[in-house]
Amino acid sequence: MKTLTRSHRSGTDAASQGSSIGGRPPRSRAPMTTTGIIYVVLALVVVVGAVLTATQGRNFFSVTNISAILTALSVLGFISIGQTLVILAGSLDLSVPYVVSLSSLVGGGVMAGRSENIVQGVALALLVSAGIGLVIGLLVTVLDVHGFVATLGIGLVVSGYLAVNYQGSSGSAPRDFRLIGITRIGILPISTLIMLVIAALVIVLLRRTRLGHHLYAVGGNREVARMSGIRTATPVIVAHVLCSTLAGMAGLLLLARLSVGSPTIGSQGRYDLLSIAAVVLGGSLLAGGKGSILGTLGGVAIFAVLDSTMDVMSVNAFIQDVIRGLVIVLAVAVYARRSMARRPARFDRPTGVKAVLKEAQ
Amino acid sequence: MSTVIPGVAGAPEQRRAIPAHEGGAGQRLLRTAATPGGGVFVLVAILLAAIIWQNPSFGEPGSLIRFMGRTAPIAIAAMGQYFVIVAGEFDLSMGALVTTQVVMAGSLIGQDEGRILPVMLLMLVVGVLVGVLNGLGTTLLRVPSFIVTLGMMLALSGLVFYLTGGAASGNPVDSFRQIGRGGIEDVPVLDVIPYPFIILVVLAVGATVLMRRPFGRTLIAVGDNPDAAELAGSPVWWVKVRAFVLSSLAATVAGIILVGYAGVHPSVGRGYEFTAITAVVLGGVVLGGGRGWVLSAAAGAFALELLFTLLNFIGVESTWRDTVQGLIIIAAVALASRAWRRGRRPSRPTPEATAPHHPASGH
Repeated sequence: MKTLTRSHRSGTDAASQGSSIGGRPPRSRAPMTTTGIIYVVLALVVVVGAVLTATQGRNFFSVTNISAILTALSVLGFISIGQTLVILAGSLDLSVPYVVSLSSLVGGGVMAGRSENIVQGVALALLVSAGIGLVIGLLVTVLDVHGFVATLGIGLVVSGYLAVNYQGSSGSAPRDFRLIGITRIGILPISTLIMLVIAALVIVLLRRTRLGHHLYAVGGNREVARMSGIRTATPVIVAHVLCSTLAGMAGLLLLARLSVGSPTIGSQGRYDLLSIAAVVLGGSLLAGGKGSILGTLGGVAIFAVLDSTMDVMSVNAFIQDVIRGLVIVLAVAVYARRSMARRPARFDRPTGVKAVLKEAQ
Repeated sequence: MSTVIPGVAGAPEQRRAIPAHEGGAGQRLLRTAATPGGGVFVLVAILLAAIIWQNPSFGEPGSLIRFMGRTAPIAIAAMGQYFVIVAGEFDLSMGALVTTQVVMAGSLIGQDEGRILPVMLLMLVVGVLVGVLNGLGTTLLRVPSFIVTLGMMLALSGLVFYLTGGAASGNPVDSFRQIGRGGIEDVPVLDVIPYPFIILVVLAVGATVLMRRPFGRTLIAVGDNPDAAELAGSPVWWVKVRAFVLSSLAATVAGIILVGYAGVHPSVGRGYEFTAITAVVLGGVVLGGGRGWVLSAAAGAFALELLFTLLNFIGVESTWRDTVQGLIIIAAVALASRAWRRGRRPSRPTPEATAPHHPASGH
């Protein structure tokens, strides 16, 4: 992992800075990847969480608590994996909450409480989600609409559709489908297992396939990628289709847990902003071209541990938001400053306050 | 307006080496209207004509000026957001800040007229503080502005809901609410000039002047290419911090107006950041920075509000509003990205063609 992350980074640097490679001075410290830092932060959060949980007379590492955290991790995990792909490709997806809601409603509507409809329900929900992703991908690539605007717009379109057609919860998941939400193997809930398998597949896609490498290249610098002979549209479209499909999976998982589809489940979860925060927390560059799925999973895990700890401490729900906000900014600040230190010295290095100001630019 | 274009866009001189004032006033106006930033004014005119066609009474000066007063807070917020966006950043904390200011005004002023001035001063200080924190987080800590302002949004809205319990609190004294709902009465023709409209005009003039001053020029340069601006000697971090402060101050002013207009409730201001960003984008300002005019951002807000009014008049169910809004935004931006590209495409390969911000040649 370590070597790979670094090779991607140097690829991005080559694209954006041109001449900096080779002129880099040797480092005195052993280099630590961003992903490494995430897991150090995660370990820190776990330790603090365990201590705080212990002060409440509860065991953080009990089977119930761990599997509760893993369960909480899975929904945001699905969405964040997709979001990572989209952000790596240099785009953004703000439409995920509405796709989540739509998928839970479509799935629940088709299943209508009957086990024999499960396959059709899942297939249709994922197909609809993938279709939305395809539309977004085409808007971003063919019409050249900024991902922020395209997904904001599509999100509004879908939310309008939801508001017109669904007044409240509808559809129902059969018992067999609900099992996905509650079954667990040892401490590992089956939903988390599915999420981890998908994460592994996506990692293979990114590291071992041509498409994955093109995704990094296009995200790093679309123009350079294009002039290197890469068809820049394909990776971006695939990223958007996968992202929306994964959001659809998250919607189905929520359907399995709640046993009804809901038009507000996605926007209540604020999955758009939280997934982007998890991706950035995981060390991905918001501008695209640099990042990893492992980092994102670390970011999602930090959120899950944080939430679990705050619940145990019975922190006020609104204060939880304040703490979440602070943690996001501070955690990202930790390695944003690191990458600053990594930058090669171009000319003479300024010192003191001047250095801070200059590097902060 | 039209004289700004060659300076900002820089296209005509570069492409054909002709003086900026080519053609008559009419021609230059037409050329302006063909750019995304000018096109939004055309869009406003078309929407206005359509509404008046549907409902002639909307075209009376009295109701027009009232409409402009109603739209003032979102237009002001859009102008604030413009400064941040043109510098290449985002401000997602805007909505939460509006809510914070509204709730602060409601709970601190109460029924005591003597407190109006000190509390307004406090609101402005809070606005500056939020802007400075956003700016320093983005520049000194080097955290992406999306994340800094998202964190600020979570923190502010969490605090507000914690302190108010999510319920509406008492409205402040009526003389304070007059800022948002009152106006100069008994004006000939117009009948009334709402105070929000006056505030909007003053701020719009101020913003236009500011964008022509060195600060504005530097801001656009910073948004276009921060590295180049840095090498050219601009204090990039300080320019960006000021942009965030301006955005937060705009949110504060919008909050002050909304207290009078909508009353005090923790839901006032929800989603304001996305509405403001939408308005800015509709005004032809490019996300990523370096392109666009501040007045177009305000015009974008008017276009958005006119669109809602039109949908209302032609009897579109309010539930479809989101869908139509989404489609319009996408269409507008798709058209705008074509136009900026055409406007800036060099006739022969220049170093500009490789700049990451604007792929100059087609695929």
